[in-house]
Amino acid sequence: MANLFVLQLLNGVQLGVLLFLIAAGLTLVFGIMDVVNLAHGVLYMVGAYFVATFAALTGSFWWGLLLMLPAAIAVGLILEVVVIRRLYARSHLDQVLATFGLVMIANETVKIVWGTSPLSVPTPELLSGSIPLMGPLRYPVYRVGIIVAGLAVALGLFLVINYTRIGMLLRAGATNRAMVSALGVDIGKLFAIVFTLGAVLACFAGALIAPILSVDTGMGESVLILTFVVVVIGGIGSIKGAFLGAILVAVVDTLGGVFGPILLREVLDPSAANQTGRMLAPMLVYILMAVILFAKPAGLFGAKA
Amino acid sequence: MTTKTMLLATSLLTLPGAALAQDVPPAAQDDVLKIGLIYTLSGPAAALGEQARNGFMLAAERIGELGGMETEIVVIDDEQRPDKAADDARELVQREEVDFVVGPIFSNILVAIHQPVTETGTILISTNAGTSNFAGAECNPNFFVTSYQNDQNHEVMGAYAESEGYQNVFLMAPNYQAGRDSLAGFKNSYTGGFAGEVFTEMGQLDFSSELAQIAAFQPDALFTFMPGGMGVNLVKQFDQAGLSSMPFLSAFTVDETTLPATQDAAVGLLGGANWAPDLENEANEAFVSAYIEEYGAVPGTYAMQAYDAAQLIDSAVRKVDGDLTDRDALRAALKEADFDSPRGDFSFGVNNYPVQDFYLVEAVKRDDGMYGTSVREKIFDDYVDTYADQCQMDAS
Amino acid sequence: MTDATAPTPRTAAPAVAPRVKVAMILFAAFALFPLLAFALDDPFLIVIGTRILAYAIAAMALDLILGYGAMVSFGHAAYLGFGTYAVAILSSYGVTDIFAQTLFAVAISAVFAFVTGAISLRTKGVYFIMITLAFGQMAFFFFISLSAYGGDDGYGLSGRSTVLGSNMLENDTTLYYATLVALIALFVLCHRIVASRFGRVLTGIRENPTRMESIGFPPFRYQLTAFVISGCITAVAGVLLANQAQFVSPAFMSWHRSGELIVMVVLGGIGTLSGAIGGAVAALLLEEVLGMMTEHWRLWFGIFLVLMVLFSPRGLTGLFEQIRGRRE
Repeated sequence: MANLFVLQLLNGVQLGVLLFLIAAGLTLVFGIMDVVNLAHGVLYMVGAYFVATFAALTGSFWWGLLLMLPAAIAVGLILEVVVIRRLYARSHLDQVLATFGLVMIANETVKIVWGTSPLSVPTPELLSGSIPLMGPLRYPVYRVGIIVAGLAVALGLFLVINYTRIGMLLRAGATNRAMVSALGVDIGKLFAIVFTLGAVLACFAGALIAPILSVDTGMGESVLILTFVVVVIGGIGSIKGAFLGAILVAVVDTLGGVFGPILLREVLDPSAANQTGRMLAPMLVYILMAVILFAKPAGLFGAKA
Repeated sequence: MTTKTMLLATSLLTLPGAALAQDVPPAAQDDVLKIGLIYTLSGPAAALGEQARNGFMLAAERIGELGGMETEIVVIDDEQRPDKAADDARELVQREEVDFVVGPIFSNILVAIHQPVTETGTILISTNAGTSNFAGAECNPNFFVTSYQNDQNHEVMGAYAESEGYQNVFLMAPNYQAGRDSLAGFKNSYTGGFAGEVFTEMGQLDFSSELAQIAAFQPDALFTFMPGGMGVNLVKQFDQAGLSSMPFLSAFTVDETTLPATQDAAVGLLGGANWAPDLENEANEAFVSAYIEEYGAVPGTYAMQAYDAAQLIDSAVRKVDGDLTDRDALRAALKEADFDSPRGDFSFGVNNYPVQDFYLVEAVKRDDGMYGTSVREKIFDDYVDTYADQCQMDAS
Repeated sequence: MTDATAPTPRTAAPAVAPRVKVAMILFAAFALFPLLAFALDDPFLIVIGTRILAYAIAAMALDLILGYGAMVSFGHAAYLGFGTYAVAILSSYGVTDIFAQTLFAVAISAVFAFVTGAISLRTKGVYFIMITLAFGQMAFFFFISLSAYGGDDGYGLSGRSTVLGSNMLENDTTLYYATLVALIALFVLCHRIVASRFGRVLTGIRENPTRMESIGFPPFRYQLTAFVISGCITAVAGVLLANQAQFVSPAFMSWHRSGELIVMVVLGGIGTLSGAIGGAVAALLLEEVLGMMTEHWRLWFGIFLVLMVLFSPRGLTGLFEQIRGRRE
């Protein structure tokens, strides 16, 4: 049981770092630009499609990953200039409507370009196979790779935000937007950089997951809601909150589904425990969010609501 | 919304019938044979619906005029949403006035469209989903199935696990009706013990947590039912997790719709089926080679069963000389199932579900470089589903 | 329209009269719609029309709290679901009367809205959106696990509800007009609520909660009451929808549906009631029409939404008033 716990914890952390990569951009765009971007999940999907295409063209996952980056930057910039830029001064509801439209446009475009059948990306040779953990348990090397890559990006973001000028502006922007513009910073440029950075991170997350999951048009939507949960639990605008929120959500989701029924069996008879466990497992994340918001209405690390 | 494509074959006049039965839908009274296809054509399971649609269209093209009548085919994407499908079914029957509704892939869609279609007297032919309720107490004279009863492929795997002497099998299926049915079917023919039983969320794509449990329990074998994109992900992740030495038994998980994506990761995995592309008979060779030529892919059971649905309609409409108004005659003609199925022996039981053979199949890399399933041994001969004796079909 | 870029519309009170006129034109068009369907020899249009009217009720109910109370509920589909399942559950026990079913649906919705609303109202803004989503998802997953009613697969209804023992609703046209009558009655109700002292307090709270509190109107109580009313009205829409579809499934309560309701309201123009109705009609009609023209209707629908936001800040209502203003 202890072994299984460790293994599930690893699975939770792997999902967590992935969620963090997506949530980081969302929380920055939200906190600094005050834009509710429903199209953020689309970027995750597009990243996966890019890597699938480029990896197929070049025959190498690594080249695919490398070529994905300039494509992601281009998508981020185009989106910002054409639509998002015009939404800064608008209400959240207008932003919801417009970015909802963007989701429809993107999903349909992807369907037209790549077709409806899921694509699949082979695991890179270097990271294939699994490593022995304890006893009979093994862990896929590729998932270890995701954890390492995600933590590296998190560390990089941490350094940028705490030790660079742009990081200082980002932190200031998240707490007091008016002040940043008063400092004489080119807000338009800063916003474009922030949005593109968020887009690249989401695309990167999609690219990382592509060898594990099939790449299809629904993948952006399934992750979008979970990402919003992470951002809200962590507190809007807080990178630290996004990181802890992502790990918390992922671990609760992964461990709860497995160990919830086992715990329930202590108080209920087995079939009732299974039944209840099955019902509660998908709700856990939402229960977690409701409890946290009840206790802390602005999330764990959010500015006062 | 609906995605519609039309296929029009050349026309041949038929005589309008004289006797009008009570339940004759208005559609029956013109001289065009109109068929509505409802399949899942978008989302992660789109590949299944596309195979079925292709299979049906292939037969329609090869035959030319189904039943010797001008044929019009309307194709609708149910988006795997039961609520939408119920609306679509009503639209097909009331607005398009089709004579036959063919489809769907998923059992929950079948449950949603069954009543709106059959209550109007329109014939519904399921080419994949075959739920237990419609096989037993709720059997219906307007409802035919060219696939199987849902439990049967799972029973094949249960029987195989039994014959291998497994004592400790781990079960996993998505938490919806067909998933629960599948595990029940496996248990019908397997008497050994279980290492664990897990229901996953419908549409779940990451199975890391479940695979960890499987690794921890060290079962003799895994039995699973994961259709479509779920199966692709599971097979890849099963391989990545280093579990490939464990016997992987499944139904609708490793088949021609998922093999193009899983490729080598799935080779050697076992499944239960009513047919495989390499089954040796003349009708099958013609079907498989025509399908590969037309669509550049190996057909799966989804395609084969839809192909048979088109053949079934063709045979029945010819038998009644295109007279769609005499519903009793039409139903009787359908029931005869007078066509050459690629799966060989095929007839309908009392509940209009097929009586057919079942096989253990294995995923292989074919000689042409593509991937497909291959027959390993026959498990059941002329197998009747276990619900048929509950069916009291009133001769309406 | 000088306030075109203001994030929230001004209090609706002075502009009520023309908007009621808009609503009356809409209702007249709805009443004549079946004639069009018969003229086109396409009675199936009535079935589509019934669905549109039911969604119009739900959108209007959401607008009551979203537009007038600035409470953006992202879990409103849950109430649609309560309405649909009230029909399914009661009729499986032989209670087919639509009034009993509606009463049951409204009672469940009131309790659920009261409890979740009281918790949700501790938060504001986006946090409110997300906590209502959380409760909506909990309801969604509860019904998914309800295997007696099909769970994920849904549950087909063997017939429609009865009205005082008569099965008149089996006729599509009768159901259509019954839905229209419900829409008009509920519009009058919502309109009364908005124009009442209660409604003014609600809009006052939207603009400045602190001030309202200091002059003796505790925001929490008013907002919660509005939240409960809105939930109950949405449940009525659910009852009608279940009759239209004759099929219930958790899909009616997924977050996509909640999102679509918000889109309808915002598309129509928030805080106008008639705008929400127009938004529902426009969104669903556009879906039908575009869907008939192209397989890729979602692409064009998305482009339409983006263009609407960029060029008509207050939705269809804004567009309509702009056109009218220019003409005058």
